[in-house]
Amino acid sequence: MKTPKHSLSSRPRRRLLAGLLALPAVLALSTPSFAAPPTSEVNTSGLAVTEDTVKVGILHSITGTMAISEIGSVQAEKLAIEQINAQGGVLGRQIEYVQEDGASDWPTFAEKARKLLRQDDVAAIFGCWTSASRKAVLPVIEQFNGMLYYPTFYEGLEQSPNVIYTGQEATQQILAGIDWAVKEKGAKTFYLLGSDYIWPRTSNKIARIHIEKKGLKVVGEEYYPLGHTQFNSVINKIKLRKPDVIFASVVGGSNVAFYKQMKAAGVDLTEEDPLLLTISVTEDEIRGIGGENVEGVYASMKYFQSLDNPNNEEFVAAFKERWGDDMVIGDVTQAAYLGPWLWKAAVEKAGSFDVDKIREASPGIEFKKAPEGYVRIHENHHLWSKTRIGVAQTNGQYKVVHETKDLMEPDPFPEGYK
Amino acid sequence: MFADYSSTELMSIFAMQGFAGLSLFSVFVLMAMGLAIIFGQMGVINMAHGEFMILGAYTTYLTSQFFQNVMPELFAGSFFVAMVLAFLVSGALGAFVEWAMVRHLYRRPLDTLLATWGLSLILQQAYRSIFGAREVGVDLPDWMMGAFNVTDMVQLPINGLFVMIIALSIALAVYLLMYRSGWGKKVRAVVQNRPMAEAVGINTAGVDRATFALGCGIAGVAGSAFTMIGSTGPSSGQAYIVDTFLVVVFGGAQSLIGTIVSAFGISQAQSTMEFFLSGSMAKVLTLLVVVGILMLRPEGLMALKVRR
Repeated sequence: MKTPKHSLSSRPRRRLLAGLLALPAVLALSTPSFAAPPTSEVNTSGLAVTEDTVKVGILHSITGTMAISEIGSVQAEKLAIEQINAQGGVLGRQIEYVQEDGASDWPTFAEKARKLLRQDDVAAIFGCWTSASRKAVLPVIEQFNGMLYYPTFYEGLEQSPNVIYTGQEATQQILAGIDWAVKEKGAKTFYLLGSDYIWPRTSNKIARIHIEKKGLKVVGEEYYPLGHTQFNSVINKIKLRKPDVIFASVVGGSNVAFYKQMKAAGVDLTEEDPLLLTISVTEDEIRGIGGENVEGVYASMKYFQSLDNPNNEEFVAAFKERWGDDMVIGDVTQAAYLGPWLWKAAVEKAGSFDVDKIREASPGIEFKKAPEGYVRIHENHHLWSKTRIGVAQTNGQYKVVHETKDLMEPDPFPEGYK
Repeated sequence: MFADYSSTELMSIFAMQGFAGLSLFSVFVLMAMGLAIIFGQMGVINMAHGEFMILGAYTTYLTSQFFQNVMPELFAGSFFVAMVLAFLVSGALGAFVEWAMVRHLYRRPLDTLLATWGLSLILQQAYRSIFGAREVGVDLPDWMMGAFNVTDMVQLPINGLFVMIIALSIALAVYLLMYRSGWGKKVRAVVQNRPMAEAVGINTAGVDRATFALGCGIAGVAGSAFTMIGSTGPSSGQAYIVDTFLVVVFGGAQSLIGTIVSAFGISQAQSTMEFFLSGSMAKVLTLLVVVGILMLRPEGLMALKVRR
């Protein structure tokens, strides 16, 4: 485990100045309107915190290819911030957000993160979606000691003191999914299929190790370039090898082509021969693929919009009221919603907006109002969460058919990878 | 690697694999036809070609939405209406772009490249603002779903067959237009010798505009057909543009037959290799072979023999 880097108190003069300026203000307001602690106490590192506001950053792509996926996260984060403000804010301060556009371009993400931290002095950033954008932002966040809340399920193999990962890392999704297929569906042979980049490759490596450890067999492993739209060859191979389960981590527009061609080639997924288990198709993606093309597909994720619990009912209703009735909410959108709430809890526990104190306070923080039920931050900055298996319906929603009994422990550095 | 399979299984797989190659071939032909006209005949590098395709795809999407909501009983035939509309809409935009931008740049090919690249970014963002960033899928009429079951193992997808028929009809139509019509003769005259064509009284500006519009219109029809196999998003066009240029350049830019031969070669190579290797490796190998052949034959497979 990496040791946390402490900030090199790069701004002592400004900090002193802020303290001095705050002093008369505190004296003048001998009886503050509510129990908000004075700024000098809750902000010793020059963040953009005033007596009644605190600034945070939202950093996602709202233009470019990734906008499709990231806009849901932006909406969820804004909703969470608005709800927190309506409840009185954080330490008596209303949250103001500065939104920047990463434009689906990784250097732009890094530049905007630098701007948010250096120019806007934001107390936390909610953002990034692809691993590539996170990797680009990481050095900036660590250098200027910022705090990033990252929503996407991802490949793991990372643990930064300056990031809280609110999505699942790969093992949480994969182990639960494969265990379920083996136990409930009697699966013996697997065909691993993914888009060709780090997340599917790492995921399939984890899956393969897990499958082979159980004495079962991987009969094929295949990757296609991002944006690939011709899957006839692999569909033929699948027909030939007859696996029990196709384990799919195809992303983006390729999904549409893949599922449409599966259907056209006469593979009826509702017959579960083979059964298709995906870790990449959320309700958001189904909108593009079309419910009738994915009917019968199983997904292994921590959140589905159809989850039946009071928290989720409230969340879905609020989301639709804020952003429109035709909205669908996928796994990542829900994880993005957790960000501001987990940050609020950490700030309140630490009694401070300072990043170093939030980092110390974060492990052990729980959020009982999470739409997915209950989450808790692990020592390793990932979340304990349950994994669910859902089966896709023609209306574009998943029906939950299984839920892990216990919270899955996040394990970003699984055996065989260290 | 084939030891585990019975000979009937192998036969049917090879049959289906051959079909997969053919359907990739028709996709390539559709993509490349429009570009072969614009790039091959006019020498304009149109980086926004993919966006013209996507315009056709969005037109198809809107048409099918319209039919579904307003006259669901006619939905089964909506696709044909959509394709005609896609041709007209993309062609009209093409004519406008030629008039507003491209015609001022005919003598500056590199500037055309930049200008059309800019146009492609503008169109992408326009789609994003109008249709939203999310990808949309077009619902297909029931008769287009499913497959013909030739035997238990061999299924021929109906939409694949349909794309194939469209591709071949368009190729045939373009051939007739270019080589068997008076207008095609004018186009070829302008390509071969512009001042001379002008001297014999051909309205070269008009021919240019119509050629460009035709190429864009065909791109629109291609986009319309692709809604059956992929999704439509603001930047989906980017996925096609590289392959499209690859097919056209490899075939020999000025030869329509070359384009078809190259589409056939690349698609068969790709799908055969995909079966034996992984998808990404197949792509790498295909590109290597193409690069190798282009080094030996810089003009492409079928160079037009003209004296220069």
